[in-house]
Order: sequence, then structure tokens, then C-alpha cells
Amino acid sequence: MAQGNNSIKKVLIVAFALCIVCSVIVSTAAVALRPMQQLNQELDRKTNILNVAKLYEPGMDVEEVFSDEIIARVVDLDTGEYSDEFDPETYDSFEAARDPASGRTLSGDQDIAGLSRVENYATVYLVGSEDDPEQIVLPIRGQGLWGLMRGFLAVEGDGNTIVSITYYEHSETPGLGAEVNNPRWQAQWEGKKIYAEEGVLSPEIHLTKGGASDEYEVDALSGATLTSNGVTNMLQFWLSEEAFGPYLAKFRSGTEPEDAEETDTNFEDVEGA
Amino acid sequence: MADVNAKGVLTAPIFQNNPIALQILGICSALAVTTSMSVSLVMALAVIFVTAFSNLFVSLIRNHIPSSIRIIVQMTIIASLVIVVDQILKAYAYEMSKQLSVFVGLIITNCIVMGRAEGFAMSNTPGMSFLDGIGNGLGYGFVLMVVGFFRELLGSGSVFGITILQTVQNGGWYVPNGLLLLPPSAFFIIGLLIWVMRSVNPEQVEDNEFKMKENTKPKEAV
Repeated sequence: MAQGNNSIKKVLIVAFALCIVCSVIVSTAAVALRPMQQLNQELDRKTNILNVAKLYEPGMDVEEVFSDEIIARVVDLDTGEYSDEFDPETYDSFEAARDPASGRTLSGDQDIAGLSRVENYATVYLVGSEDDPEQIVLPIRGQGLWGLMRGFLAVEGDGNTIVSITYYEHSETPGLGAEVNNPRWQAQWEGKKIYAEEGVLSPEIHLTKGGASDEYEVDALSGATLTSNGVTNMLQFWLSEEAFGPYLAKFRSGTEPEDAEETDTNFEDVEGA
Repeated sequence: MADVNAKGVLTAPIFQNNPIALQILGICSALAVTTSMSVSLVMALAVIFVTAFSNLFVSLIRNHIPSSIRIIVQMTIIASLVIVVDQILKAYAYEMSKQLSVFVGLIITNCIVMGRAEGFAMSNTPGMSFLDGIGNGLGYGFVLMVVGFFRELLGSGSVFGITILQTVQNGGWYVPNGLLLLPPSAFFIIGLLIWVMRSVNPEQVEDNEFKMKENTKPKEAV
């Protein structure tokens, strides 16, 4: 190696030139591939929503079915009413939770799902009509064993009966905690009830060891106690009055009793579909 | 480097001079990503790409790299390549990049990439360095695939996601071995693999630098 290479001038020139070249390459790759990546993320999210609503079939045109079947709405978690303040297409509840203007910090005993901050508005996805949906898909997230788990919970139009649950982002142990996405385990959720009593906003649904005995219990994942606790905690949080409780309450009881009954009769159809 | 020929540079690192089995480099990522074979394969391809091109670029500018900042220069090149690979995976193999998550980024710290840039590319021509990078990537990939095969087969009862042993969770008979899904099992498999490779090629066995004394006989102890 030539001695001249170690002069201060040469060191600076090489370092500077290398940084310029590398940063151009990296930023070109990042900028050029971003649209493709966002498309992938969007597609993945939509696939998961269809999947949890049991509308997904391999090989289908996800974009088309999604726009035909699913209505996205933004819900004010405090009141449980729909809000037109945000566009559901672009509203990012994850970002909103971090922003002091659109999220709030949870106190220790509220924060059972380990979120530390939660958004004030959340996007829900409705299957069927907007006023009398067949299914409501709710985004849920919370701490598992190794990190944040993000997923969707699909609930029947009665706001109480679970259709399915799925996680699209988690870092649980393969073969143990990662079995949250095992179809056999997911299948157990169908028909489970969230709330035990009329008018109560705290959910009853939880995972249990040693076999589920009633409709509020689901078998825990074997060998994955902390993941199972995480799933229970995030359901307890997201379905409580802190989050989707007030929203689901609208479907469960009072406001339109006839509708609620009608939904009950739809139950078999939906299950058969 | 006494004699450097293309074939030797490309194939030697696979069995004779395997970066994991002989040089014991790059163990960390071999523990992390080998729970399933398809993930191992993508990781191996990513490492082959990064070692090959980092070697190429380092070798191209090797006569201009000041020795005082050579490690930083190599690191910058490697890190840039890794980011590009990560971005490409996110764009074209989204599912896979979700599973690999942070481990693609951690290729930056993979000792094999750095070791080859410093140990080979700094003193050889670009063409040879490129081949050396591919060869070492293949050697890494080979170990990854072997470890991945055993871990996926015994841990989840499948190979490349295709069920071979029907597990109990799915209504079959095979009780999967949970240990094989956890990182320590990769240590055992790599250890066994090193044993096999050194039994086949005894010249790989290292000299015993710290020879223990024979046991003192009871009689002498008295």
C-alpha cells in the first residue's frame, strides 16, 4: 500500500468520496423501492383483514375483493361513534397514538396490554352494510413475549360473538408462541363470546390452560404462557371501555334492537359462508 | 495467499475451509435464522450477495484505502450493501423480510463479511475477491441449510414448509422437539457438524495447544 494513502488529505478525500457514493446508492434504493414496499404492506394488511373475516381465498384479487366487501371507518374510541374527521384510507392509528394531539398516555393499571400510549381514534373495517354489518374487524395490538404483536379480531354484527383472530406482525417463538397463527388454534375462536353480561363493558373472554370449558374461554397456547397472557391482556384492553368497548356496545344492545335480532338470525349464514 | 485460482477460491470455503465450521465465524446469525429452511435460504442468498459485492468493491478501491481508516471504509461499503438488500427484500419478498426482520440488518455485523473483506479482498484482485465472496457465502449457506434442515424437520416436522412428520398439534403423531426451535439447538447441530467435517477431513483438526497433563496416579499423590 502506498505511503501516500495515509496522508490526512487522502484520508479525508477517500472518506468523503465513499460516503457520497454510498449514500447516493442507499437513498436511490430506498426511494426507488418505496412505492413497491408500501404496496406490499398495504396488500399484506388487506389480506389479513380479509383473512380474519374469512373472506380470503388463495389466488383471489385482494384489492378488488377488499374494495367490494369492506368498508373502513374511523371510530372515536371515547364515544364509540364514527368520525369523519379522518380519512380511513390514510389514517394511521399507530402514528396517531404517538402524537400528543391524537393519542393519550395510559396509566399503569390501565395499560395491561403494555402499549404505554393509545390513539383516540381507530380504524375499523365493516363487512356488509355500514349500519348493520355482518362482521366488524377491529385492529388489536399488545406486548407478547418478545415484542409487540399486531393483529385483527373479527366480531359478528352482534358485537359479541368472535369470528376469528389473526396476527400479521409478531416476534413470538416459532413453534410455540408463533402458533397464534396456526389455523387450528385460530379455529377455536369461532363462536366465542366476548362479554358475559348485557351492558357491561369489561370483556370476559380470556385464554385458559387445561382446556376451555365455556364460551368465554379459549385454550391457551401450550408452551407459550407469556404469549397467551399477552393475547388475553390485549383482548381485555381493546375490548374494554378504554378502547372498543363503547363502540361494540352500540351493536350489542340498545340503540336498534330490531337490527340486533336480525343480526342474530344472520349468524348461521355467516358461519356457513 | 500463495496460489490463488478461481476454482479453489470458489469451492474451498464450502468444505475445506468453511467459514462457520472451520473458522467459527458468523455463528450468531446461524443460530437466529435457521428455524426454517426457506428463511435460511433467503438469508444465505443475502449473505452471498453481500460478501461477493463487498469483496468486489473493497478490492476495487484497495489501493486507495488509507490503512488507518480501512475498517471503517469496509464497514461503510458492507452497511450500504446490506441496506440495499433489505430494501429489495421488503419490496420483492415482503413475507420473507417480515420473517427475517432484524437479521438482514445484522448481516452488517456478520464476521464472515468483514473477515473476507479484510483478509482477502484487501490483498487480491477484484475478480478473485468476488469469487471468494461467493465461495464463502456458499460455505455459510451450506451450514445454514444443514442446520435449518434438522431444526425444521425435528422442530416443526416439515421441510421448506412442506409437512413431512405430521405434528400432534395438527392431529398427527409426531411430538415436535421444542428445543430445536430455540437458538441453543443450533449450537449442538453446528457442533456435531464440525465433528463430522473434521472426522472426514482430519487435517482440519487443530493442534492441541493446551495439552493437559495425564492424570496423576493415586500412588504418586500420596
